[in-house]
Order: sequence, then structure tokens, then C-alpha cells
Amino acid sequence: MTSLYNEVAADPGADTPTRRVSITVNGEQRTVDIEPRLLLAHLLRQGLGLTGTHTGCDTTNCGACTVLFDGRPIKSCTMLAVQADGHDVETVEGMATASELHPVQEGFKECHGLQCGFCTPGMMLASKALLERNPNPTEDDVRWALSGNLCRCTGYQNIVKSVLWAAEKMRAENGEEA
Amino acid sequence: MSVDEIKIGGMGASRRRVEDNRFIRGKGKYVDDVVLPGMLHMEILRADVAHARIKSIDTSAAWEVPGVRLVLTGEMMAARNLAWMPTLSYDTQAVLATDKVRFQGQEVAAVIADDPYIAKDACAKIVVEYEALPVIVNPDQAQSPDAPLIRDDKENQPTNKIFDWEIGDKSGTDKAFEEADVISTIDLHYPRSHPSPLEPCGSIADYDRSTGKLTVYMTTQAPHIIRAAVAMVAELPEHQIRIISPDLGGGFGNKVPVYPGYVISILASILTERPVKWIEDKTGNLISTGFGRDVYLQGQMALRKDGKILGMRMHTISDHGAFYADAQPTKFKIGLMHSTFACYDVPAAHLTSTGYYTNKAPGGVAYRCSFRVTEAMFFQERMMHAAANDLGMDQAEFRRVNLVKDDMFPYRTAFGFLTDSGQYDKCMQVGMEAIGYDTFKEEQEEARKRGRLLGLGISTMTEPLGAGNSREYDILGIKMFDSAELRVHMTGKAILRTGAKTQGQGHETTWAQIVAHELGIPADDIVVEEGDTDTAPFGMGTYASRSTPVAGAAVAMAARKVRAKARKIAAHLLEVSEEDIEWELGRFYVRGNHDRGVTIQDCALAAYSNMPDGMEPGLENVSYYDPPNLTWPFAAYFCKVEVDPATGVWDVLKFVAVDDCGVRINPMIVEGQVMGGLTEAYAMANMQYITFDESGNCIGSNYMDYLLPTAWETPGFELHEVVTPCPHHPIGAKGIGECATVAGPAAFVNAVMNAIEHTGVRNVDMPLQPNRVFEALQTGQDVSGMPPVKVE
Repeated sequence: MTSLYNEVAADPGADTPTRRVSITVNGEQRTVDIEPRLLLAHLLRQGLGLTGTHTGCDTTNCGACTVLFDGRPIKSCTMLAVQADGHDVETVEGMATASELHPVQEGFKECHGLQCGFCTPGMMLASKALLERNPNPTEDDVRWALSGNLCRCTGYQNIVKSVLWAAEKMRAENGEEA
Repeated sequence: MSVDEIKIGGMGASRRRVEDNRFIRGKGKYVDDVVLPGMLHMEILRADVAHARIKSIDTSAAWEVPGVRLVLTGEMMAARNLAWMPTLSYDTQAVLATDKVRFQGQEVAAVIADDPYIAKDACAKIVVEYEALPVIVNPDQAQSPDAPLIRDDKENQPTNKIFDWEIGDKSGTDKAFEEADVISTIDLHYPRSHPSPLEPCGSIADYDRSTGKLTVYMTTQAPHIIRAAVAMVAELPEHQIRIISPDLGGGFGNKVPVYPGYVISILASILTERPVKWIEDKTGNLISTGFGRDVYLQGQMALRKDGKILGMRMHTISDHGAFYADAQPTKFKIGLMHSTFACYDVPAAHLTSTGYYTNKAPGGVAYRCSFRVTEAMFFQERMMHAAANDLGMDQAEFRRVNLVKDDMFPYRTAFGFLTDSGQYDKCMQVGMEAIGYDTFKEEQEEARKRGRLLGLGISTMTEPLGAGNSREYDILGIKMFDSAELRVHMTGKAILRTGAKTQGQGHETTWAQIVAHELGIPADDIVVEEGDTDTAPFGMGTYASRSTPVAGAAVAMAARKVRAKARKIAAHLLEVSEEDIEWELGRFYVRGNHDRGVTIQDCALAAYSNMPDGMEPGLENVSYYDPPNLTWPFAAYFCKVEVDPATGVWDVLKFVAVDDCGVRINPMIVEGQVMGGLTEAYAMANMQYITFDESGNCIGSNYMDYLLPTAWETPGFELHEVVTPCPHHPIGAKGIGECATVAGPAAFVNAVMNAIEHTGVRNVDMPLQPNRVFEALQTGQDVSGMPPVKVE
């Protein structure tokens, strides 16, 4: 993390260890000096300002902090940031291009797959990972793939619909390209 | 020539949500996403014991941690008269404990530091010496003669009893029981549950000494109530307090009360003169903030042989934790429990209630329900189920005999509510057909012959939603009306603000649809803002399904007043008298000459550029709406399950929900509310509960112990609608946010009971975990109370 001016309010003391790590976040290499105990979710949110990754439960249960780690969904609230050194991380902020939403994002809006929006980034990233390995999932495939992500608002039915909507759109797009 | 209402996103359009545009990009702004310059971070030290006198608190080691700015204890709060604060039920609650701790998780000290990790480190260095006291974890223990007194801080509180309360007609009900052919009884426990929005609670207090202004970003469903409370508690002038409730990651009633963390962060900001952020972790949220339910429900019903209900008695024993902090209207000590049986024609009824303090977290919030209505309706439908069985009558038939008929409205219930509309029997018919009711008994018999256990459960209810009318409903004396402010700009675009506060319900989308319906301005041309007390008109916030019934009505009224002014402007522009002006959606025209007209946008421009002589410029209105009555939506739910006799595991084979919430503003959003509510109902019936061991340790303090259903367990739901407009609501709408959570649990439980009651079992209390269902199947005995502490 580079900053023009970083006030050290109180001397953290010589015994506070730091480590330099380089992580590719949404395609961009970010190099930061961090305490080894810093969680990846906190680095993303507080360090890099990517607040789309939410922390819900702190125990790897709710999945609001889900990000893609080398393309696979992981819970960033229980991974140390130093473990991500040299790896590729994708957050919700990396899903859309400047002009176009990812089909999963479109699907969630189209099918009312979200209400309060707190679980949505993690839900969408887990869905994206599913569709990348299985472009034609069944309803059960979707439910199983998202079973590590809790939602308190929707009852999941519309989330499942959203993912199936996105799958269909992605298949149609890929078909056209081929 | 009028505009097409659906095309402009008006009423009845399943308009896609405006707020989604930021949420799907990860650009929502929740409290924890707000970063202010120079911001400090706060962490709370919580009691690890449930009942103990504080002998000493040593904070010296915490002060020495580099980066620590302030350490606060109860003693320091007391010096500023802030150690205690009022609750929403006229009790007091400790902010930071001074004398003793009264539940596990109670706030004992707070550290404010440069970084949240440092604050946590320093918290761990605070040493608290406790002297253990006996612990009370249920009302039985609370009323024992040798029980320790939990609230020894209060005068005139000789026991652990909080209140005795009653309503209804005792002698009339006694008479009904004398005349009864059959008397049915039931004895239930509705376990403690936690609303548990994914986002925990938090605040950022920012006090500016130079201006005297206190700004607080806060996870609150009711920002204006909080502003009033902060003015009272912190003795700050109300005009210098600004509460901002940004995006909320769910609420479900959990974010209505004032929590100690908010108050401590405010004092910390005043003392440090820096912004102070407090973000609770999940455990803090689950063990210390407002729970729901935790009530024992006992009932008796007097019946005639032909199935007619003659009367009912109900007694509730409620466990409120260490502080009576229920969020509820002043007049009612146990919320709207007396709304029970409101959809049935019951000539006489009597309710008695007793509430107790225990060494558990305070709360009693309206967890996705209108003030204890969930308990009331669960009791009602479990009582109906038992009574039908005792009469040997069909479940659906028994309900249809006793449901209030369409021609009986307005109907005064035995407890005094006035229900005003509904087509209850029609809803029953729709549901019965969809679930295949007529062939089920045969199917059940056939299955049983092959060793399979099928069950069908019914739950119906009408729920009092949209408190209030101000004669009956207030919170801490503040009347429960709501508000809307509509400003139409000169180009015909508009901004709308209300006193409600969305937390997923989609107000930014639906409020604009009401304005589109009233004025013909496309919904996309209207921006909706809520949650900032400096800009929004005063309102009571969003809970108890009151937004559409109250704030939604205020939106319609504000739009109508704007239209009335626009009509005068139209007459001026068309050079005719106002009486000769006709309205169609989006446009005024001259009576008898449809082609000669002006659009609402023309009128908006004229309001700023060409108003009639003597007219105030501008086109805007602020409306405060005090509803004449509650709204009464109806639900009829049908659930079909299969119970595995070898394991007690039950699966939902089919669930049919028929909801009548009056006119639907946005059908897509209504269905989303119903599905979400049904999932919480399923959660409570199946797995979601919080209990305590004998020492008062909270079992369910994180998501590994507090089970919430995932996409894998949650069944699919089939939704149906019946529409009976609300006769007094400006657009005919009724509340819907909570119907499914309220009526849902009994449908699941009745279905499982129906599958296993041939063994002689009458009741298994929630949660219907496989081991409990299995035990009932094996023994043929009821399984009551709440594991692991059983109440004899």
C-alpha cells in the first residue's frame, strides 16, 4: 500500500512484525506492508478500500466475505492476508467492466435475487465460480454450490433463479461467439 | 393520452429495484464502509459470566498498549450520568456495568484505539474480578421464593416479576367454558430466537466541539426515535444531533432498540473529539442485542360438539432477560399478544400475562413481527390444530367453520381489535386446491401402510400491521404516525423523503411507484431518500410491517396534495376555472375537450416560472399520516412433509402460501418478502434457537452453534394471491413484510405433528430437530421446553 503520508500515531514498538506481500487484486498488483495477523478481508476493506467485501460472522459460516482466490471461492474473513502473497484475488468490484455488468450481476437484479444486499457480493462471486466450472447447472447444483453463503432476506429461491438466468445468458453468449 | 401506468413503473409493476444498481456492484454504503478522517476504533469488553458482583476492574494494562486513546468503565460513565439508559418499555438498562453484571455478554468496559486490532488487544488486558451470584435462566427459577433478586438496582422491585397484565372478558369466558361440550388445552414454549441480520450493529459517532454538532452513523431502523433517545440520554439539544442510518444489512427488528455500544461511542467521541467507530462482531450481536420470543404459551378452548368455538383462555409467561427492553407500544405489556384469534369468530376470550427478569440478554424485540404477533399466531394455530383433533374434526373444516365470514366485516374481535376486510374462505379454497387437500388423507393412509409418515399442516392468520393509530399506539409517548416529503423540481423530476427506513424492503423502488401512480411522473424520475434525520421528516421508522401502511400512505397523501396544487396551476395555464379541469394519469385537461391539456411536468415548470397571481411558488408537500386503523392482511399456509421414522428428519414435500395483503404496489417485491419470511419461519421451526445452560452460558453465540438454513435445506415455496383492498388505506395496501414469519412456523409444526400424532404425541416444542421428533416417535410422549435446560 503506498500512501503519501501515513501517520504512526503511537510507536507500534520494534517488536511489531510486518511483512511485505504482493497480491493481484482485480487484475492489478498491489504491494503492501502488513502485520502478519491481518485478515485478508480487512486488508481488502480497510487497506485497499474495497468495501464490497463484507464481514458478517467472523467464523467462515456466512460467506459475506467470499472472494475468488485463484478463481476459487474462499472466505476472506478467516484467511490471513499473508497467505494471499503471490496469488490472484477477485472481489465484487472486479466483476463488471466499465460498460458491462457480469451476467450474474444482471441476473441478481433481474430476478430479485437480493434485498438488503449484504450477502450479495459473496453470493455472486460463489455463483460466478460455479458457472465457470459448470455452465449448465441444475437447481440442486446451484443450491449446493451456494450452501456456504447465508442470506437472511430472500429465502434463496430468487437467488437460485438469478444464477440459472445468468447461466442461460452466458450459454447463449458463448454459443453466439462459437 | 394518459400515460401507461405499468410503463412508467407505477402501481402493479414488478419494477426492478433501483437500489440493486449499487448493491450488485459492491457499492452499498453500510456503516462499516464509512471512513471519517482521524477516526478511532472502539471495542467492548463483555462479561463472561451471567450473574456476578463486580469487585474490581483494572484497566491499567490496557492503557499501556501503544495506540490506546481511551478506556471507559461504568464508573466513568456514571460520573457523566450515563451508566444507565432508558429502554423502550419504561425500564432502565446498564450502558456499562457498575454494580454487577446481569447476563453473559453484558458490556463491562470499552477501549478506544487507533486501530480495531489494537482495541481488541487492549480489551484482553482488562482484568475484572467478579463475585459469582446464583444464575436464573428461566421464569420458573425467577419466581422461586429463594431466587436471587436480579434487579437490586431498582426501587420497588422486591421480586423478579416485571408485570402482571390482563385483557379480555374473564366472566364471559368462564361462562363459555361452563357451556362447552369439549375443552381442549395446549401448553407450548416458543423458544428464544435472534433476528440475526447478517450485518451486526455498529455506529460511528462524530462530535464536533466547534459547532456543537453530533453526527452518528448508526445501524438503526428508527433514526428519529434514536435522535429523541440520544437527546434524552446524553442531554444534547435535538437540533444538534444528526442520526444517519445508511444502507442496512438487514434488520428484522434487531436494529430498533438503543444499544449500549451506540451510547458509549457517542461519549467516546465527545471525550476524544475524534470520530469513533464501533462495529460489533457476530458473537456480540447474538449474545447481547435484542432477541425475539422466549415465551411459554398456555391455552384452553371451549368448544361446541359441532365445532363452533365458544371461548378461549390464554396465559403467557415471558422471559425478558435482565432488562425489560421490549420494543412495543406503551399500553401493551406483552405486545399485541391479544391479536391472537383475530381471524376467528370467538365470542369470549381472556388473556393473562406475566413477565420475568432472568440472567439473559434483554430484548423482546419484534423479530419480523408486529410486537409478539408471531407468538400470538403460533399459539392460535397450534391451539386450532389440537382442538380439531380433540373434536375429531377435519383441520380445514374446523377452521372454515370458525373463520370470520366476508359479510361480517367490520368485525370486532373478543379482545377489541377491529378487523375490516378479507376473504378468508376464498384463501382457504385456493390453498386447499393447490396443495391437493382433498386427496391427501388417502395418500397419507397409503403411505403409512408402506411405513412412510406423511403429514399436512395448516396455518391461517390475520395480523395487525401498521401501528398505529395515534390514539392506541405510541412508543415512549411518541405517537406512531409517519411522514413523507415530496418535492417536484421544475423539470418534473422529484425527490421523496420519508420517516421510514428501508433495510432490504426496497423503498427506493416502491415509494417512487406510489408517486408515479398518483402523479403520472415516471418512477425513474423520482429519487427516494431515507434515514438522515437532518433531511427526512419525522417518522417512527421501519418495523412491524408498518412502512407501506403508514409511510406509504403518507407518500400517497403528499402526492395528492401536490396534485391538488398542480390542478390550480393547470387551470391557470389552460385559462379555465379549476372546476372545469379533469385529471387522467400524468395530465390535466379541459372537461369536454380532451385534447386541450397540460402534463404534470408542464405544471411543475409553471410552479417555478409562471404561477398564478397570489400563489406561493414551488410544488412540494410534507404529509404526516395517522392511520385510522391497523391493516389486516390474511395468510393461509399449507405444508406437506414427510418424516423419516428411522431418524426423525423431516422434509418439506410442498409448501403453498396464499397471501392477501390488499393491493400490491410491486408484486415482485411482495413475493420476495413472503419467501424470505417463510424461510425464517422454517428456520425457527427446524433449527434456529438460542438457549442457555444452567450457568447462563449462551448456547448459540456464533453461526456454528446458532444454525441458520442455507440454500440447501431451505424448501421451495409456491405462492398464490388473493386481493382484498384495505378500505381505509389511500391505495388499498396492507402490510406484508412479516406475514410469512408470523403464520409460517405453525404450518411446519402442524404438518410434522400430523405425521406423527398417531403415536399419541400432542406436541413437540420448536425447534423440531430430528432428535426431538425421533424421541417423540419412540416414546409417544410430548417433547417440551428448550434443550439443554428442561423446565419441569
